Amino acid sequence: MENAAIYARAGWFQATARQRVAGLLDPNSFTEFLGPSERIQSPHLHLFDLPSAFDDGVVIGRGKLDGNDVLVAAQEGQFMGGTFAEVSGAKIVGLVRAARDHKELPQTVLLLLDSGGVRLQEANAGELVVAELMRAIVQARSAGVAVIALVGGKAGAFGGAGLTAATCSRIAVSEQGRIAVSGPEVIETNKGVEEFDSKNKALVWSTDGGKNRRLIGGADAFAEDSMEGFRAAAISLFAKVPAFNLKTMQAEQERLAARQKKFGACDDAVSMWRVLGIKDPEAIRDMDGWDFAALASSIKEANHDAR
Amino acid sequence: MLTLKFNHAAKRRLAGKQTTAIIGVVASGNLEVLLERLLPGANCEIEIATPVTGYDATWKAVIDEFVERFSPGGLRISINDGGARPDTVFLRLMQGCALMENV
Repeated sequence: MENAAIYARAGWFQATARQRVAGLLDPNSFTEFLGPSERIQSPHLHLFDLPSAFDDGVVIGRGKLDGNDVLVAAQEGQFMGGTFAEVSGAKIVGLVRAARDHKELPQTVLLLLDSGGVRLQEANAGELVVAELMRAIVQARSAGVAVIALVGGKAGAFGGAGLTAATCSRIAVSEQGRIAVSGPEVIETNKGVEEFDSKNKALVWSTDGGKNRRLIGGADAFAEDSMEGFRAAAISLFAKVPAFNLKTMQAEQERLAARQKKFGACDDAVSMWRVLGIKDPEAIRDMDGWDFAALASSIKEANHDAR
Repeated sequence: MLTLKFNHAAKRRLAGKQTTAIIGVVASGNLEVLLERLLPGANCEIEIATPVTGYDATWKAVIDEFVERFSPGGLRISINDGGARPDTVFLRLMQGCALMENV
């Protein structure tokens, strides 16, 4: 029992996909689909003289969270940057489609995103699979499935993972979790250092990091960087999943348009936090998790019924 | 990719009830080890896939030492290597055996 308590406080950021699944779900409740013994792995990587992984870097299955039946997909950010590829992506798409088509399966899908985007060695398959996944999530949500993204891994949620997060019903993020489409280096390469200085870590983390995403409504819950932190955040979102219908879509469109209008002139995260009416925006960066979560709950833009 | 295969007759079967276990991740300086209780008697097969060439003798030395000390009879062990050092390889093999020994 003492071990369980220590493990619950173990960090999410540094953990592997398998450790996260074990730490997130109720003890011994997880059943894996297409586990490593089946060796469903990339048919492409050996052509590049690169090692494969037995699960192609994605763990899928079903289990229980606080007694509720859930489907789970977890990306292994340490393997090839957690990338979307032919096999790794198909496993997630298949899981979401299964929830969409089979009412006897759990109707909640947790996506433990930890990915830099598409795997460049399998880029065409990876791009296709991201498109398939976004479509599958939208279709599943239309069919009444709740899809919840949990972002707090080393690779963050960039590229296709950022797009995927944006299609989910709800998003939980930790301070270390970054969500964006183009990564900082990509923006700097294409638009210049004046646009975004990727070497300025304080700028990058305050812009892409979990605190900013939470404050401007890009995430719906703020998780402590631990197994129990993400457990609590995911459980808190169960009750807040919006219906997926025209009304929600219109509310989301209005929310995003208003956000762009409100923050359009801001040139960094701190100036956005000032616009939000936060008295001491510089202090946000050093604020601890509980204080920050409480502050975020009081910000109008951070809490909405859309998405 | 280099594939190395080792067949050993261990001293005894590995204890425990677990039929399969996986430990580690294919990442730089790391490796994943998949252990499956599939073989009869005290036989042990170890297959390694690694992008790093020229260390066959080092792999053999690590595997020989591991089999001698942990006697992983009955196991088929498959490794995807990401360029792990010998001490990391040994650690993962030990962790894998510990998982398999769970009742």
